[in-house]
Amino acid sequence: MIWDRLTEKTVRARLDALDLPFNRYGLDPLGISKAHLGAFYSLLKPLYHQYFRVETFGIEHVPPWGRAMVIGNHSGGLPVDAAMALAALFFEGDPPRHAHGMVEKFAQRWPVVSPLFSRIGQLTGLPEHAVRMLEDDRLLMVFPEGARGTGKLYKDKYKLVRFGTGFMRIALQTRSPIVPFAFVGGEEALPVIHHADGLARLTGAPYWPVTPYVLPIPLPFPCQLWFGEAMHFEGDGHEADPVIEGYVQQVKDRIAALIEQGRAFRRGRLQTAEGGAP
Amino acid sequence: MKVLIAGISGSLARGVTQHLLAAGHTVIGIDRRPWPDPPAGVTVYRVDVRKRPAEDVFRTERPDAVIHMATVTHFTTSREERYRINLHGTRAIFERAHAHGVKRCIFIGRHTVYGAAPDAPLYRTEDEPPLGMATFPELADLAAADLYAGSALWRYPSLRTAVLRLVYTLGPSRRGTLAGYLAGARVPTVMGFDPLFQFMHEDDAARAIAEALNHDLHGIYNVAGPQPVPLSLLCRATGRTAVPLPAPLFGRLTGKLGFSWLPEGALAHVKYPIVVDGSAFAEATGFTPRFDEAQAMEAYRWA
Repeated sequence: MIWDRLTEKTVRARLDALDLPFNRYGLDPLGISKAHLGAFYSLLKPLYHQYFRVETFGIEHVPPWGRAMVIGNHSGGLPVDAAMALAALFFEGDPPRHAHGMVEKFAQRWPVVSPLFSRIGQLTGLPEHAVRMLEDDRLLMVFPEGARGTGKLYKDKYKLVRFGTGFMRIALQTRSPIVPFAFVGGEEALPVIHHADGLARLTGAPYWPVTPYVLPIPLPFPCQLWFGEAMHFEGDGHEADPVIEGYVQQVKDRIAALIEQGRAFRRGRLQTAEGGAP
Repeated sequence: MKVLIAGISGSLARGVTQHLLAAGHTVIGIDRRPWPDPPAGVTVYRVDVRKRPAEDVFRTERPDAVIHMATVTHFTTSREERYRINLHGTRAIFERAHAHGVKRCIFIGRHTVYGAAPDAPLYRTEDEPPLGMATFPELADLAAADLYAGSALWRYPSLRTAVLRLVYTLGPSRRGTLAGYLAGARVPTVMGFDPLFQFMHEDDAARAIAEALNHDLHGIYNVAGPQPVPLSLLCRATGRTAVPLPAPLFGRLTGKLGFSWLPEGALAHVKYPIVVDGSAFAEATGFTPRFDEAQAMEAYRWA
């Protein structure tokens, strides 16, 4: 099959190390296909290593097995952050882990995109899906800013917008640890200066990003991923809203701190580069 | 136990009969259609479940349990007739079961009543409302029959009622909704979509229904078999050629060019998955499928 031929040798070894229950057709019960996954990660590999030159810190905070939620900030007008986080967990994790993102609903209506997302385990962002996958001891990736986050303009870069609170109730209900992470660099790689609302309406997308060079194609800026220590919250998911909001705020603060750490790192590197220049 | 099967001449019902006999039950049946050579000891009454002679079967035979499989789909029956059979027939069966001392009643429904939609979750649980009729008007009578059967849970609390929502069946009989869709050498699919399809071997389905009778079920249960597979793989593994058609042309081209016919509302069902969670039934009855997805597809292919 074509997907198999697109799979790189190193990717294949890591695929075999994944803890997904593939049947004899290489399909798992959620419809994830090993062949599609192989082609997907083979495509991500050069983007991760060469194009965005992603550096990942703190990957050891992600549990090597069992349920967990990785929670991050949206950075940039397209979910490049999600793709690079998936790549980091797969290529840097030991053992490799496949994370399930929670996809915006509109994508399911798009031909081609909808079955591809399904074959690589990126399901619609429904609470039913989240609970099912966590109870199945899978790794869930959530961006609580949602489309509000990817829809940020360049002038608001690295400001976290409102976090949804659904993820926290599900984390409590399923007793899943939360691993916060920050993705830094996406907003330089894909600076969004305007939203083309007409085009968004036409395609059913929540927004359509326009960059200074018009096309929504990310530039090859180096990016960094910072994973923080796992956070554990006590409860059953039936707490009152203010309690949940307090917990969510703690996660948001940790991510904000990780973003600051990442931006300081970038500034430091820039100064070294400038200082080193003749 | 003496079991009356309404709709006994259907191919799945015949399989249920075999499993019930093997388990030592006595089986009688009602159907308008003939079953020329039923197994020894099985009496088939050729009566209409809605008519008076059917009531006499209840009165004289006094069955302990009823399995209601006398529902029809748009593939065989006109709209008005469907409402008469699926709704009035279901009503007649439950009323007679209640009036004539039946202890257990099992309604055999379909997982398609949940409906396919882009924003629906995978693995639907029994507490989700059936939404199939929203996009698929030809399913409305079956969804109504399913809900009506469920209302027996509170209307006749002394009658132990189970509504089973079975996934598609596949197997050597080549009968059933999915078999009909896959009947041609070329199967019409929708370009750019490849939904998961969930089915079980027809013998597993028959065994699950027979097994349900051995447990004191009172409620609604999804009955699922092995894990679902994408439609493209289903076509390939059954030796078919999937022909992706652009969505706007889909309704116009099915039923022509050698493609099997599908009502317009079926479009959502070939674009988006309907996958159900059968764990509640498995837990209540201990049922596990004996045939996996590959074996079910091969049984259909090489029949």
